[in-house]
Amino acid sequence: MQKLLNNRHFLGLLFMLPAGVLLLVFLTYPLGLGTWLGFTDAKLGREGVWVGFDNFIYLIGDGVAQLSLFNTLFYTAFASVAKFVLGLWLALLLNRNLPFKSFFRAVVLLPFIVPTALSAIAFWWLYDAQFSVISWTLTRMGLITQYIDFLGDPWNARFSAVAANIWRGVPFVAICLLAGLQTISPSLYEAAALDGATPWQRFRWVTLPLLTPIIAVVMTFSVLFTFTDFQLIYVLTRGGPLNATHLMATLSFQRAISGGSLGEGAALATLMIPFLLAAILFSYFGLQRRAWQQGGKD
Amino acid sequence: MAAVSIRNVKKHFGTTPVIHGVDIEIADGEFTVLVGPSGCGKSTLLRMIAGLEEISAGDIAIGGRVVNDVPPKERDIAMVFQNYALYPHMKVRDNMAFSMLLAKRPKAEIEARVMKAAGILGLDQLLDRYPRQLSGGQRQRVAMGRCIVRDPQVFLFDEPLSNLDAKLRVAMRTELKELHQRLKTTSIYVTHDQIEAMTMADQIVVMRDGIVEQRGRPLELYDHPENIFVAGFIGSPAMNFLPGTLKLGAGAAHVALAEGVTVPAPPKARGENGQKVIYGVRPEHLTMANGTGLPATVVVVEPTGADTQVFARVGGVEITAVFRERHAFHAGETISLAPDAGRSHLFDAESGKTLMEG
Repeated sequence: MQKLLNNRHFLGLLFMLPAGVLLLVFLTYPLGLGTWLGFTDAKLGREGVWVGFDNFIYLIGDGVAQLSLFNTLFYTAFASVAKFVLGLWLALLLNRNLPFKSFFRAVVLLPFIVPTALSAIAFWWLYDAQFSVISWTLTRMGLITQYIDFLGDPWNARFSAVAANIWRGVPFVAICLLAGLQTISPSLYEAAALDGATPWQRFRWVTLPLLTPIIAVVMTFSVLFTFTDFQLIYVLTRGGPLNATHLMATLSFQRAISGGSLGEGAALATLMIPFLLAAILFSYFGLQRRAWQQGGKD
Repeated sequence: MAAVSIRNVKKHFGTTPVIHGVDIEIADGEFTVLVGPSGCGKSTLLRMIAGLEEISAGDIAIGGRVVNDVPPKERDIAMVFQNYALYPHMKVRDNMAFSMLLAKRPKAEIEARVMKAAGILGLDQLLDRYPRQLSGGQRQRVAMGRCIVRDPQVFLFDEPLSNLDAKLRVAMRTELKELHQRLKTTSIYVTHDQIEAMTMADQIVVMRDGIVEQRGRPLELYDHPENIFVAGFIGSPAMNFLPGTLKLGAGAAHVALAEGVTVPAPPKARGENGQKVIYGVRPEHLTMANGTGLPATVVVVEPTGADTQVFARVGGVEITAVFRERHAFHAGETISLAPDAGRSHLFDAESGKTLMEG
């Protein structure tokens, strides 16, 4: 026993055990169970039997599931790009020497601090067909004559949901990119200025390439969060109108829990995995590793 | 190449003044070193010449053209930064070519210039490496190369050697001086290291608290410091200062130090009888005397091989002496030190200004 405790490898395994158990119980098991359920016809209150790919084949032919895939891709693409552009813009602004700099930095974080469900309710109220303050303002300004039906029309609802998601996601992107910007030495900008670079050229040839590794990490997370979003949609529209805002996550929940078809819901959730993996691999191989970051050999 | 003149230049950050009216003339092709303790404004002055800081008052002219409102890239200068500021994502080649790429020079010309600079600096083998793969000295050379390719009117150096280890610093110092002798480009070099200033400069500008204390050729500053600050700053080990009173009248003029010790006043010193003065003598201008010099109690002896450095106490003041020959003193021993009267200095105790003539 004493000898075993002095063994480096055994000791290493021993110390990793608690973390390993936690991972197994709370991550691997649920993930495995979810995937397993996708291959059964389990319903609420009834254990399922193995049905192979039946659920997947059914879902691929299902119009609502197809629509939810389209919605998810639209939602993710649109919101991620917007969050990146706005986040980068905000980060660049906050990286300057503004008066009350720390105050503004704190303000930017606000949407991130408010619980999503709470901000979703606020947006729901902003988008209300009768009491929307946005519609009210626009009418008063004479820009529109009729209140906008934000959440009643499919495309309006999609864009409204995307806007709410952007509002919620920008702080994360902005703060991470700001942290990245602060690691860039000011003397590089000075050197570039002496080298004759205009502000745009400084951004293009110094800031952007040096920020790429952080952009890759931040945008990977941002895409993952957006693709798997649930809370915002569930509070705001519950997937309506006409399933126009149903994301894969919300539809999966609806099928599995509200509808009781655990197997089908689980299969839909499992279908998200290939997309998420693709996003991770893209960022890992495409953006994250740069030759100039690797250490020297001599 | 161009002359640089700095006329009554002032700088304040907000309401805090940091440079209080500085005048410096730098001749075409001259190597000028701005030296002073940290916070003296030397880097700020350099950055104003580069155009990285605004000039609050006064004029800076490069080659006869006042550049106060000229943006950095149009001043035709190149700068080596303390941390080199190499673009980490660009290979050595691209780091050096960047300014010419921005200026949309023809490819062949860029390549030729980069190869020429690389040849001068011995960087040929390193052109396809990233800065991270280089040693400190190599990075320093790339930073130099980035300046050379542009063939600017003026080189600016902001403490370029301070990130290198002691041995490399000495080697790079020689290399830089050699390079200047070869290129003959007007250079302005900022450092807090007086040895660097002494060894490299054609002209040294000693600064303190935003003013120029003295400027001149290195040996001029060493031989004729205008005040106590310059006297103490230039030379290593630093000059010894002994407070005392100037006694004129019957017999030879002398300075009465503490504890009844007296020392003959430097022949060229001018002052009034009874004036409070500081007597200054460099460690290398003290010699052993047989009981006729200043009685000194040895505190510590440091033999370096080439010379012997002795720390001793004279009249309650600690002084340093350096001897070319070896001495086997031991702590507590009393020795007699004779200052070289012709090379000692006298300063007014109150103003710190020199009392020496000529």
